[in-house]
Amino acid sequence: MEAAMGLMRRMPPKHVETALSALLSLMPDHSSDLLSQVDQPLQVLCDVDCGKEFILCEYNRDADSYRSPWSNKYHPPLEDGPYPLPELRKLEIEANEVFAIYRDQYYEGGISSVYMWEDENEGQGRRGYLQEGAWDAIHVIEVAPEEEGMAHYCLTSTVMLSLTTNNELSGTFNLSGSIRRQMNMDLSVADGHLCNMGKMIEEMEGKLRNSLDQVYFGKTKEMVCTLRPPSELLQMKLPDS
Amino acid sequence: MAEEDETQEPELSDKQKKEIAKWFLLNSPAGEIQYVAKDIRSVLNDDNVYNAAASEAFPLYNKSHLMCLKMPGKSEDVLVTSFGEIDENEYLDPRTAQVVTVDHVKQVCTDVRPASDEELPSPYIEDYRKEIGGRLLGSWLFFHASFLMSGVLCTLRVWEEAMCLSGGWRGSGILEAPGHMRKEGDFQVRSRFPEKRMPPERCALDAEIMKYVNEAYPKGICSVCCVRGKDVEEPGPDFELVVVISAARHSPQNFCNGSWRSVWNIEFKDEVQIVDVRGIVQVGAHYFEEGNVQLDAKHEFKDSTLFQSPDDSAISLTNIIRHHETEYLAALQDLRRKLPVTRTLFPWHNTLQFSLTRDITKELGIGK
Repeated sequence: MEAAMGLMRRMPPKHVETALSALLSLMPDHSSDLLSQVDQPLQVLCDVDCGKEFILCEYNRDADSYRSPWSNKYHPPLEDGPYPLPELRKLEIEANEVFAIYRDQYYEGGISSVYMWEDENEGQGRRGYLQEGAWDAIHVIEVAPEEEGMAHYCLTSTVMLSLTTNNELSGTFNLSGSIRRQMNMDLSVADGHLCNMGKMIEEMEGKLRNSLDQVYFGKTKEMVCTLRPPSELLQMKLPDS
Repeated sequence: MAEEDETQEPELSDKQKKEIAKWFLLNSPAGEIQYVAKDIRSVLNDDNVYNAAASEAFPLYNKSHLMCLKMPGKSEDVLVTSFGEIDENEYLDPRTAQVVTVDHVKQVCTDVRPASDEELPSPYIEDYRKEIGGRLLGSWLFFHASFLMSGVLCTLRVWEEAMCLSGGWRGSGILEAPGHMRKEGDFQVRSRFPEKRMPPERCALDAEIMKYVNEAYPKGICSVCCVRGKDVEEPGPDFELVVVISAARHSPQNFCNGSWRSVWNIEFKDEVQIVDVRGIVQVGAHYFEEGNVQLDAKHEFKDSTLFQSPDDSAISLTNIIRHHETEYLAALQDLRRKLPVTRTLFPWHNTLQFSLTRDITKELGIGK
C-alpha cells in the first residue's frame, strides 16, 4: 500500500485516473484503501429532481449509485442505501446552502457539494468544490466529540489543478498537480460547527491558493531556469560571449 | 473478452501485469525511474514479471530521456540516444569515437571500446577535427581521424595528451590500417588537405553546439550524431545530422526534479543547397513536497538555412538553435501571466468579503 501511494506521488497528475485503475487491477484486495486515499479529478452528476449538479466521491457512493445532497436521493435509484441521521441531514442541507453562496463569491461559478456522515461516534463532513475543471478542491473535516464546549477539528484539504494550453508560441504545455495540507484546531462549539468549519476551510483555501502560486508557478519556473538560465543572467556572467 | 473481464474476477495475466508495470516505469518523471521501479516491484510482488517489464521499459526510458551516463574510467559523459544506438546495449559517442556498453536497468556504463570504422561516419561527414576542433576549442582529449597514407586508409585514435599544433595534432594512441598495420605510440598528424575540400560538418557543428551548450546550460550535455548518409564520401548526396541537448537537474532534498531535452534534426540537401532544421524541445519538472505538481511542455520548430561551408553552417545552425530555444524559454515564462487562474483575482485577503460570508451565515440562522 505504501509503495502504491509512492507511485501515485510520482505519476503525472494528468494520468491519475489511468494510474489508479492500473493499481486497482494489480491490487484488487486494496481497492477500498486506494479509492479513499487517492484523490481523483472530481466528476459531477445532475440531480434529476431539482436540476442541480452534484459532485461524486467516495463519501456519497454506495455500490454504483451516488446520493445527491440536494434531494437526498441516490442516482441511479438504490434501495436501502445509507442515509445520514435526520439531525445530520438538517445540518447537511444548511451546509450545502451556505457553501453554495461561499463558493459563488470566491469562484464565480462552479459546483459545490457537502456530505456528512457518522463514523462511530465522530461526525465527519466533506466538502467539495469544483470550478471549470481547472480547480478542484476537496476538504474532509473530522469533528471529534465535544468536550466542555470545545470540539477538535481536523481538516485535510487537497487542491487539484490542471492547465493545458496549446498555441503557436508555446507549443503544448501542461501543468497539473495536486497539493494537500492538514490543519488542526480546537474551537468553541458556541458558534456552531458550520461556522467553525467554514472559517477553517476559508483560511485553508487562502493558504492553498498562495502555495499553489508558489509551487505551481514558482517551483516549476525555478526548475526551468536552473536547467537553462535566461540569457540576461548569462550575459552578466559571460561578458565576452 | 472485455465483457468477461468485467463479469469474471479480474485476475490479470502476467502479460497484462507486465504492460501495466511498463506503463508506470515509462511515465516516471525525470530522474525518478529507480524509485518508481522499487515501488512497482513491491506492488507486483512477482520478480519475473518485474524483470521482464524492467528489461523492456528501461532502454526505452533511457533513450527517450536522453540519459547521460559517465564513461567508465574516463571523465567524459555519454548520451544514451536512439541516434547513437548501435544495438540495444551499445551506444556510440561520436565526439570521442568510443562505444560504451550500457546496463539499462542499473543506468551505468559497464564497458567502453574505440568505435570501429563502420560505426563512425565517413571522413567527409566526420573528420579532421584536428583543424576545426583545434581552432575552436583549443584542446580535445580524444580524437579520431581517418586518412590516406600511401594509398592505404588509416585510422588514428588518440586518447591521451592530444595537443593541437598548427595544422595538425600530436598525442599518443593507436594508428591502424586494417590488414596492413597497427601501431601504438606517439603520433603527430599534419593535415595535408586544403580546408575547402573537407566539409567536416559533424565536427564543426559539434564544436559550435558545445560552445553554445556550455554557455546556456549549467549542466548541459550535447552530442551531434550522423543519422543518414554516414557513408557519404564526397559532396553530392544528402545527409542528416542530429543535435541532441540534454540537461537534467535532480535535487530530491528540495523535492524537485527537472529535465530539458532538445532534439534537432538537420538535413543537408546538396541539390538545392538548403539545410532544413526541425527541432523538438521538451521540458519537464516535478515538484513533490506535500503534493505532486508536474510541468510537461513540448514545442516543435521548423527552420532552414543555406548550405554553406562547414564552419559557416555550424555557426548559422547554432544560431538558429540558440534563437529558438531562447525564445521558447521566454514563452514558457510568459505563461505565468497568461494563466486562467490568475485571471480571476480572488479577494482572499479582503476582510470585507470574509465578514460578508459570516453575515450570510448569521442571516440564514445557522451557526448557532
